[in-house]
Amino acid sequence: MNIPAELKYTKSHEWVKEEDGVYTVGLTDYAQKELGDIVFINLPAEGDEAVAGGALADVESVKAVSDVFSPVTGTVAEVNEELPDEPQQINQAPYDAWIAKITDVTGTEELLSAEEYAALCETAKE
Amino acid sequence: MKLLFERSRPGRGMEYLPPCDTPAADFAPDALRAAPPRLPELSEVDLDRHYTELARQTHGVNDGFYPLGSCTMKYNPRVNEALAALPGFAELHPLQPAGTAQGALEVLYRAEKLLCEITGMAGMTMQPAAGAHGEYTGLLLIRRYHQSRGDAARTKILVPDSAHGTNPASAAMAGFTVVAVPSNARGGVDLDALRAAAGPDTAGLMLTNPNTLGLFDPNILEITRIVHEAGGLCYYDGANLNAIMGHARPGDMGFDCVHLNLHKTFSTPHGGGGPGSGPVGCKAFLEQFLPAPRVRCADGAYRFFTPEHSLGRVRSFYGNFAVVVRALAYMLALGRQGIPEAAENAVLNANYLMHRLAGTYDMACCEAGCMHEFVMDLSRLKAETGVTAMDVAKRLLDFGIHPPTMYFPLIVHEALMAEPTETESRETLDAAADLFLQIWDEAHTDPEILHTAPHNTPIGRPDEVSAARRPVVRYAFES
Repeated sequence: MNIPAELKYTKSHEWVKEEDGVYTVGLTDYAQKELGDIVFINLPAEGDEAVAGGALADVESVKAVSDVFSPVTGTVAEVNEELPDEPQQINQAPYDAWIAKITDVTGTEELLSAEEYAALCETAKE
Repeated sequence: MKLLFERSRPGRGMEYLPPCDTPAADFAPDALRAAPPRLPELSEVDLDRHYTELARQTHGVNDGFYPLGSCTMKYNPRVNEALAALPGFAELHPLQPAGTAQGALEVLYRAEKLLCEITGMAGMTMQPAAGAHGEYTGLLLIRRYHQSRGDAARTKILVPDSAHGTNPASAAMAGFTVVAVPSNARGGVDLDALRAAAGPDTAGLMLTNPNTLGLFDPNILEITRIVHEAGGLCYYDGANLNAIMGHARPGDMGFDCVHLNLHKTFSTPHGGGGPGSGPVGCKAFLEQFLPAPRVRCADGAYRFFTPEHSLGRVRSFYGNFAVVVRALAYMLALGRQGIPEAAENAVLNANYLMHRLAGTYDMACCEAGCMHEFVMDLSRLKAETGVTAMDVAKRLLDFGIHPPTMYFPLIVHEALMAEPTETESRETLDAAADLFLQIWDEAHTDPEILHTAPHNTPIGRPDEVSAARRPVVRYAFES
């Protein structure tokens, strides 16, 4: 399983990358494997308020519909417009297929390091 | 197989109708369509073979065991069909005067009374066309109730994380915000989390009991009390009523409104054969808001009426009336003794099958005993052999068994959820259990046979990803 060392993670299987106050959010490799083939994504609108731990987007796979939770509280500055037409990008390259970029961040969920997240995934598998 | 349009040939057809003997009416040209509709043209035998071929590719409860969890795929007795087909029902027009359709109104009235007795409700509407439509209607009742009291702050609906996906979807459709309530380690509602979530913004709680793990929540009275004390109402999703009908009533558990699935619990056709019916019942204080028209009886005559603050129609006419005829036939055939007996046998069958499999398959939460269904967790099998719940489901098809519900509830990974219903005999359950055990062995000795299953069906593994991403829902004519 691919867990890039430079990213941070949530317990609900989102990855987050912080650069100059911009938090980029996506789903992890573990999440896309568990979900199976993703066939639909419902994105937030630019300008929406994101709340740490609240639903940011939802994805539909052949198995189920699941919420994508926001790792941070802030404002949705940009969404990945390619995903609604090609949601399979999340399966093919989960760490390139970002979902939203969030700015004006005022708070975050408890974020895990790559090492801590790898341990969480190991426990989940047992 | 070929589509009807692909079988069509110009000029071929069937002439059942005699030539028209009334003069043609004159319509303004702009009221007429420019070209005739492109209907397929087939002979009767072509049409017959088309549908016979489709029927051969399906699997219904008439073909074999159908333990699809949470769907209650019980047998639909033939007598239901015979009664629904009586000319006095089948040839009714929905607009004919109520005085000329008294038998039909009596059916609606008596079905309502019996279903209210089974659920502990005061009144019921037969309008909703199926379960999710019933959920939506029930949520509109809850909204009307809060509006009528001038309480605009109640915007949230609490839904346990083990719920059917339709619950949060219906709540969102009705304009509420959904708050998920986590389950406790025993698969019931986490009371502390419920207490923390309930408050002045709570419009209500939607709950399925027994829940999707096949467990009756022992804290149900405390659950409804917490929601009521916060000022919310309690909505009972009747998906799993089959486990308790005639034994326990949602109304006595503290629920204020319910929906039923006549196509599950009351033996009317389910699935592609539908249509369904999702009556919504409520306690007396909500009756004034129920959809119209309802039926009442005075001086031996049945009449339609509109409740005082009715939220209006939720469907045309009287709902799927012929389905209500079938459900009433079922209730009258079973009677006061038969209805609780059906529930007992449904629970007994589920426990029998579960206990035959429990030494091999891992069970989610319910090894001590379940209600009408149980959930197997195949995570260990997947880790050991690479065989998934999907592979096991596909392998069952090779032996003429419809798979259990897959990957649901979402709180169990690699879930297979089985609900045998009271329909099945001990022999059928034993044969199914033997097969599940054989498949477990195959997973360890010959996993490939599972990865490539099914081998004996007309359709194996359809491309569901393309079907979801690029659905083709209309025929593309060549010219």
